[in-house]
Amino acid sequence: MAERSVGRQWRLPLVVLFAAFLLVSPPFLSAYWVGLLTQVVILGILAMSLDLLIGYTGLPSLGHAGFFGVAAYGVGILSTTYHAGFWTSVAGGLAIGTGLAALFGLIVSHVRDVYFLMITMALGMVLWGLSFRWIPVTGGDNGISGIPRLETLVGLPAAGPIPFYYVALFVFALCMGLMTLLVKSPFGLTLQGIREHEPRMRSLGFNTWLHGYLSYVCAGAFASVAGIMWAYYNGFVSPTYLDLTASSELFLMVTLGGPATLVGPVIGAGAIVILKNVMSAYTARWLLILGIVYIVTILWAPQGLWNLGQRRRA
Amino acid sequence: MNTIRAFIAALVLACAATVIVAQTDARPPIKIGFMVPLSGGNAQNGRDILNGFLMYLDEIGYRAGGRTIDLIVEDDEAIPAVGLTKARKLIERDEVHVMAGALLSSTGYALAPYITSMKIPMVYPVVSADDLTQRRRSDWIVRTGWSGSQPNHAFGEYAYRTLGIRSVVTIALDYAFGWESVGGFERTFVAEGGRIRQKLWVPLSVHDFAPYLAQIPRDVDAVYALLLGRTALQFMRQYQEFGLKGRVKLIGGGTTTDEHVLPFMGDEALGTVTALHYSAALDTPANKAFAETYRTRYKKVPSYYSESMYTGGKWLVAAINAIGGRVEDRQALVEALRQVKPEGLPRGPVELDDYGNPIENVYIRRVERVNGQLQNTVIDTFPSVSQFWKYPPAEYLREPLYAR
Amino acid sequence: MVYFVTQTLNGLFSAALLFLIASGLTLAFGVMRIVNIAHGSFYMLGVYVAYTVATRTSSLLAGTLVAVIIVGAVGFLMQRLFLRRFASQPLAQMMMTMGFALVFRDAALMIWGGDPFTLTTPGWLAGSMEIGAIVFPWYRLFVIAVAALVGVGLWIINERTLIGARVRATVDDPEIAAATGINVARLSGGVFAVGAALAAFGGVMGGPILGGYAGMDFELLPLAFVVVIIGGMGSLKGALIGAIVVGMIDNFGKALVPELSYFTLFAPMVLVLALKPTGLYGRA
Repeated sequence: MAERSVGRQWRLPLVVLFAAFLLVSPPFLSAYWVGLLTQVVILGILAMSLDLLIGYTGLPSLGHAGFFGVAAYGVGILSTTYHAGFWTSVAGGLAIGTGLAALFGLIVSHVRDVYFLMITMALGMVLWGLSFRWIPVTGGDNGISGIPRLETLVGLPAAGPIPFYYVALFVFALCMGLMTLLVKSPFGLTLQGIREHEPRMRSLGFNTWLHGYLSYVCAGAFASVAGIMWAYYNGFVSPTYLDLTASSELFLMVTLGGPATLVGPVIGAGAIVILKNVMSAYTARWLLILGIVYIVTILWAPQGLWNLGQRRRA
Repeated sequence: MNTIRAFIAALVLACAATVIVAQTDARPPIKIGFMVPLSGGNAQNGRDILNGFLMYLDEIGYRAGGRTIDLIVEDDEAIPAVGLTKARKLIERDEVHVMAGALLSSTGYALAPYITSMKIPMVYPVVSADDLTQRRRSDWIVRTGWSGSQPNHAFGEYAYRTLGIRSVVTIALDYAFGWESVGGFERTFVAEGGRIRQKLWVPLSVHDFAPYLAQIPRDVDAVYALLLGRTALQFMRQYQEFGLKGRVKLIGGGTTTDEHVLPFMGDEALGTVTALHYSAALDTPANKAFAETYRTRYKKVPSYYSESMYTGGKWLVAAINAIGGRVEDRQALVEALRQVKPEGLPRGPVELDDYGNPIENVYIRRVERVNGQLQNTVIDTFPSVSQFWKYPPAEYLREPLYAR
Repeated sequence: MVYFVTQTLNGLFSAALLFLIASGLTLAFGVMRIVNIAHGSFYMLGVYVAYTVATRTSSLLAGTLVAVIIVGAVGFLMQRLFLRRFASQPLAQMMMTMGFALVFRDAALMIWGGDPFTLTTPGWLAGSMEIGAIVFPWYRLFVIAVAALVGVGLWIINERTLIGARVRATVDDPEIAAATGINVARLSGGVFAVGAALAAFGGVMGGPILGGYAGMDFELLPLAFVVVIIGGMGSLKGALIGAIVVGMIDNFGKALVPELSYFTLFAPMVLVLALKPTGLYGRA
């Protein structure tokens, strides 16, 4: 791991700079930009949760938006159909997202690599099909709208984009802190050991299945948090939250930003949200540009933007 | 002295006049925010809608109510959450005075609460989800297009009375648009005494219709198909492939043979009878002029999507003119949108009902080949059809929305 | 009975198309360990190129040849110029193909517009076979026969020629294959190009029925993945069996339990992965 320290000195100042920006800039920005920043931090949580799988455990999931979407549906259904209170809805969303991860984990966590990719993609599509077809509960294609505003529910004195943003930022910081603790803990180090060489870890006496399983459940739980925030942010839920496009865009965020860094995926999320929204005002060809940006990034920084200037990991 | 005085007076007058003129011209442009899918699988439909709008704006030189029009176009990617983000951008950053656009019902529903809370008038030229102007309507959204069940109510009656069809199998896309179209058809067709033998629902990702076609009994009077875009194209081809064409009459919702897909079909589409509020072959001076200009400009036959925002644009501009360009008064603008009756629309006379949905003609069209091109020849017209058909609105609204 | 025969024949037709698409995917994976997200793009490009050529020359045969050659060349260049640099990094390779999928998707929209189209069925294949109450289109039978021929051809190359032996050796273990003097890089380029060409051929074969349309690239991709997973990655035989299983389940499932049309396909895949993670004929 010695070569990873190359070019590392600019990381800390950058992180401080980003953090300061996220913290102080919103009052000086227009409501639209605050909205985009809110999207960045919420999708940042989601991208970090996928990073636990792709980056730290070496499990490429192409169905991760499923938990995000299911938790969002949990909130949507509880708070509109059942008129549940705020905390009940949040707890419900978290429970259903995490519960589903615990269930799916049993199926997926004994396969690796490409097989993991395929089976998560399939499960993701099953969830999408469910959201699309289980009309009495999910509203089908039209989704569920009318989710109450979050600011009033948590008892904030003011409503609007800026208070919501700070709630999202607080949740983001909390999740990032927890995930950082997780990856630095012995458990997290074991995960990275599995990523590097699973048979060795197994022969050292680690239960690699259990570790993979728990990592999957944790990732699902954090994705659910992001899904809950997303439901409140948009005020509605629809099947596009958990389709294949959403999962692959998420995959792009993590790999573009730099897997196994936590910060990288947030930068990836920021880059894609900003790029997409700014570019689409000028050209309908933004998808082409995004694809080219992506290819160029992999050519020049195969380990992602945040690992730029570092040598490739073998 | 007198000359000097007169000169000064003239100068003052001239200045004042300049100021007044400058003031009318100095009124900032009217900003119109517009969004449709411009990337991905629905891009072409979005492009058609935009093209109709651009063509109309060119006709009026981008001016309305004595002010210049500034059009800001965004791509909603056919994803509701993206649509909402783009609406926020248009309203909060670009500070548009009025919004128009959206293609999918899901986007339409996702935008509605936000549009309502921001109190920005918005025109929906295409979104056809029934409830947007029925049980879940918004004061700020004006629909200039149609509701999914609207032409099908008329068509159910027509199929029984005029086409003499007694039993039908329906095959439709399995989502709200499909349910509402089939629901509308079924309601009036069954009320007349007709029988729906079977309802086949196909997923949106369908590409091979063989498993469904094999289930259609050959002794049924007609197959009612509600598809659009490439699914319509594939269905037509396969309906013929499996020998159903010529044995079982094919009828359907208007999108199944709409001009956005009709030019790519072959003889297999001939004879299909469908109902919609527009046909590019509609034989009126207004439509002939529209279709001709559109064809010259874009080298394509206008689809109902193209017509939707030509009419939508005309509607919007009529409302802006009616209030003398004072679009800052949003309440006045939305009221004007509900009251104007723009003349010379390609699809014929239209006015809004009290619920914000157009009352308009429904055309029964049959696919024919004229001068080598397939077209939807209008064979019958139901004038001034309401979204509630012949039912009293209050009674209609007490019943649930059409579902599978 | 009529219904059963028709559905079985149509299941075979689905299987034929899926086999053409999945065989390239599985070969590329076997030799290069690459998950090619852009494989659906090759399928899409095939039918678009064929359409352009066929409408200008009014010859479907010319369209087919040009499409297969052009898309094969695109695949070859993509492997040679981009993927080869990341030979031992499956994740980077997959990401690269994802980027290409985005580029191909939008480039196709830019070049051809978003209108759907179908290819013209050759005159001598129009119409349907009718035996009693059984009606089945000739063209679909033709596609089944062609796919069978392609399958036999691939099998002969794979089992009976030197190139095939090299491919099989590389699928088994790329490092040992390289050590025995096989030029794995060149072989990979060839296999990738053939896979791309097969996908394009599949697109053209489906063209008269399914046509071309914006978004088709991602529509058959999940199905092709299911086929490869069930059959086992890297196995041609697996791709064949997988294609038949998926084709049959898809056709009968949609007809018998339409409520579950989004799930019938994935259930067998999850089952296979849970019981035999490497697929029916795959090697770990």
